[in-house]
Amino acid sequence: MSEALPTAAAASPGHYFALLKPRVMSLVVFTALVGMIAAVEAGGSLNGGLAAISLVAIAVGAGASGALNMWWDADIDAAMARTAGRPIPQGYVPPSEAAGFGLLLSGLSVALLALASNYVAAFWLAFTIFFYVVIYSMWLKRSTPQNIVIGGAAGALPPVVAWAAVTGTAPLEAWILFAIIFLWTPPHFWALAIYRESDYGRAGVPMMPNVAGEASTKKQIFAYSIALVLSGLAPFAAGFGGYAYLAISSAFGAGLLMIAWRVLKSPPRAKDEAKQLFAFSILYLFALFAALLVEDLWALYVRA
Amino acid sequence: MSAPDPQLPPDARKNRGRRNLAIALGLAAFILTVYAVTILRIGGNILERP
Repeated sequence: MSEALPTAAAASPGHYFALLKPRVMSLVVFTALVGMIAAVEAGGSLNGGLAAISLVAIAVGAGASGALNMWWDADIDAAMARTAGRPIPQGYVPPSEAAGFGLLLSGLSVALLALASNYVAAFWLAFTIFFYVVIYSMWLKRSTPQNIVIGGAAGALPPVVAWAAVTGTAPLEAWILFAIIFLWTPPHFWALAIYRESDYGRAGVPMMPNVAGEASTKKQIFAYSIALVLSGLAPFAAGFGGYAYLAISSAFGAGLLMIAWRVLKSPPRAKDEAKQLFAFSILYLFALFAALLVEDLWALYVRA
Repeated sequence: MSAPDPQLPPDARKNRGRRNLAIALGLAAFILTVYAVTILRIGGNILERP
């Protein structure tokens, strides 16, 4: 009798927390925080307490879209080694509960952001959740190898949401931060897809290496890396990144291009270079946003 | 309230309790957050009464 008991009865709060994709959430909080501080440095103002609550709302909204994604993609997750341990494939959380959990948190997070900041920010948060769940998860992921290129817009929006939370608008500077994350997504995920190719193939997800082949993917990774490094210089050109930012963006950009070049020249089925690019791409994005954050904090609190 | 479900193994019963506690804490946190937003938004304006 006891083996007929659904494992869902054994779910701990931690299993529900895992539905929020905490690691993705931490990246969202970081990029949103940079957008917020940059917006303050650009002349916006928001009460510190309200800013903190807005940041929490953005984080919960991102987590909610993660839960909805895990609800929709439970069949894919079960087939891939990287994701088979998630709470739904493991049987701890029934899919319908993940859907309800995600919808509830989506509604609460958008409402909370509207209360704590403004409707423009709340709109962009709602749009981010909609884009990630409906456009990326439900539509693009299973139908086109451009899935993560277009879907990357959802991951790139948090700084825009945060900028809007402070100023009530989404100016060019916010969209430059968007462009950096947007162009970062293809090289980052295609590097992962190259060394996890069989995983995605088994799950039937049309990632670029499975569809267009490894050689074509490597060329596209290199092309996107050039675009990414150029967009990484844009904050300096637009005047909201200083010389320290320029130095860091150039140095890490050179490193990224060097590794992307090694990926391009690597023999077929060699995985080490792709793994290296995947890891370095995370460091690259972190370095650029951290440089902006430090410069802005310096300008706001030390120089002022 | 009824007696503890005899079919539920002890660890599952413990986790159910922890889930309930997490929901209670989450609700309390949401209520306090909305209250804090209200107070922060009113701020000094509360003194500017007609």
